[in-house]
Amino acid sequence: MLIEVEDLSRDFTVRRRAGRLRRTTEVVRAVRDLSFTVERGEMVGYIGPNGAGKSTTIKMLTGILVPTSGRLSVAGIDPSRNRVDLTRRIGVVFGQRTTLWWDLPLRDSFDLLRRIYRVDTARHRRNLAEFTELLDLGGLLDTPVRQLSLGQRMRGDIAAALLHDPEILYLDEPTIGLDVVSKGRLREFLRRVNAEREVTLLLTTHDLQDIEQLCRRVMVIDHGSLVYDGSLAGLHEQGASTRTLVVDLVDEAPAIDVPGAVVVKVEGPRQWLCFPAGASAAPVVAAVAAAYDVADLSIQEPDIEAVIREIYQRV
Amino acid sequence: MARLAWDARAFTILAAMWVRVGWSYRTSFVVLTLSTLVISGVDFVAIVVMFANVDALGGFGLGQIGFLYGATAVCLGLADLAVGNVQRLGRRVRLGTFDAMMVRPVGVFAQMCADEFAFRRVGRIAQGAAVLAWSLSVVDVDWGPARLAMLVSMLVCGAAIFLGLFVLGATFQFVSGDASEVANAFTYGGNTMTQYPLTIYPTEVVKALTFLVPVAFVNWYPALFILDVPDPFGLPDWLRFAAPVAALLLCTLAALAWRTGVRHYRSTGS
Repeated sequence: MLIEVEDLSRDFTVRRRAGRLRRTTEVVRAVRDLSFTVERGEMVGYIGPNGAGKSTTIKMLTGILVPTSGRLSVAGIDPSRNRVDLTRRIGVVFGQRTTLWWDLPLRDSFDLLRRIYRVDTARHRRNLAEFTELLDLGGLLDTPVRQLSLGQRMRGDIAAALLHDPEILYLDEPTIGLDVVSKGRLREFLRRVNAEREVTLLLTTHDLQDIEQLCRRVMVIDHGSLVYDGSLAGLHEQGASTRTLVVDLVDEAPAIDVPGAVVVKVEGPRQWLCFPAGASAAPVVAAVAAAYDVADLSIQEPDIEAVIREIYQRV
Repeated sequence: MARLAWDARAFTILAAMWVRVGWSYRTSFVVLTLSTLVISGVDFVAIVVMFANVDALGGFGLGQIGFLYGATAVCLGLADLAVGNVQRLGRRVRLGTFDAMMVRPVGVFAQMCADEFAFRRVGRIAQGAAVLAWSLSVVDVDWGPARLAMLVSMLVCGAAIFLGLFVLGATFQFVSGDASEVANAFTYGGNTMTQYPLTIYPTEVVKALTFLVPVAFVNWYPALFILDVPDPFGLPDWLRFAAPVAALLLCTLAALAWRTGVRHYRSTGS
């Protein structure tokens, strides 16, 4: 096991004003009795609403935060006790902030990282050449980080996190704020890193597409507890979530009647049909197209927040 | 021990990079260094002007005060150059750059000190050293190995005392967010007080500067030995040799506080 987490908890003491001078302190449990394991080579999506404890977990896994209780082992190392030893074996990308030096060109940042991670020059050159090509950084190496766009900076950050060949890469909201094309390229790169370099990936995200395209396994956390750990398909089943087929008919018609889907809304020639998210859209589309004159079709993916909300209500 | 040596090496790697970045804006670097030199020089000029009207201050002549002034300025300058950047802790925590430092293979303390390392701060050291050198040329000292050793020890221990104060002050920011002013009160404030002979203060203040915030050990007690002056407050003579003890205690306390601070670090919301 690469990552082992057992009964992990983390409390925060929050001071609140209660009246003019009085202050009350309250203990908030951000992470509660969390247990899971991750094997080498996995790609795991770690999701949950804001404030659920995702970042707190990642920060404990990297050694930034010390757990209140529980056991934690990453690559055989206790992160909070041997944080500095662990840093050589992990890479961390915080989506919202850069770990690069703001005033330095990317090339200098990378060179500095090479020296403080003590990567030998040949290996560094090989890795840098590969990441420069795959992440399309060629034209950006001499630009100071502060002048890069969000997407460019994110690519730089990811390259920086991988230059020392870590075994695990943590990504906290890696695609936040990126356009569709950038997101797609980034996912492609991450898939490659996982397959070719056998880097284990743990990513937090709000974007269901990230999970769908990258992760076979999803962990859902809410109020500090793990509420789901399994495949994405299983998550949809659990949440009984649905995808929606939006059909634009040539003419107005009564509610479409096809097996496997239910009409939930009709608006002139446009109709909305729901079907289970775990099922394929193909037979539904085929059935509709066979029985009606269709002008246009589109599929709406279930909103991950909605799926998760559904799960919370059951717990 | 290996960890310490590596941190020191990583510090030089990172600091050298910042010196290079600073040097790439040569004009600005030169202007800033000179202005630091001038600004810190002005307050000694004020003392010189004062001595146009008086012959002694608190029983000390201009040369002796120059010695006190130069010594504390060099010590503060050295400490500020090495670890002054730890004062940015509060801001780093807020911006999340402290988190980034924690996932790099170098101790956070070394990274904090090296980050945005400002070599222009040598201006202050140069100014203090100039005043110290001048004072040594005018005061009447019977130099022997003991006094020379004390001179070296004074600069080393004095820098260590300010260093401890800088770090303790920064550690306070783990608890209270951005509170660099609290630290400044002790470091720069302590420097301002020890620029003058302590005889101008009441005994209680001198005792506080000895046993509470031990900046009196930066220059006052070593100076009493080097200049061969009996303690005006009648405090025991062994105090003039106690600067290494004070420095060691303060730095140990600072190191423990820093470790505790990092261990109890709460990070930010996201």
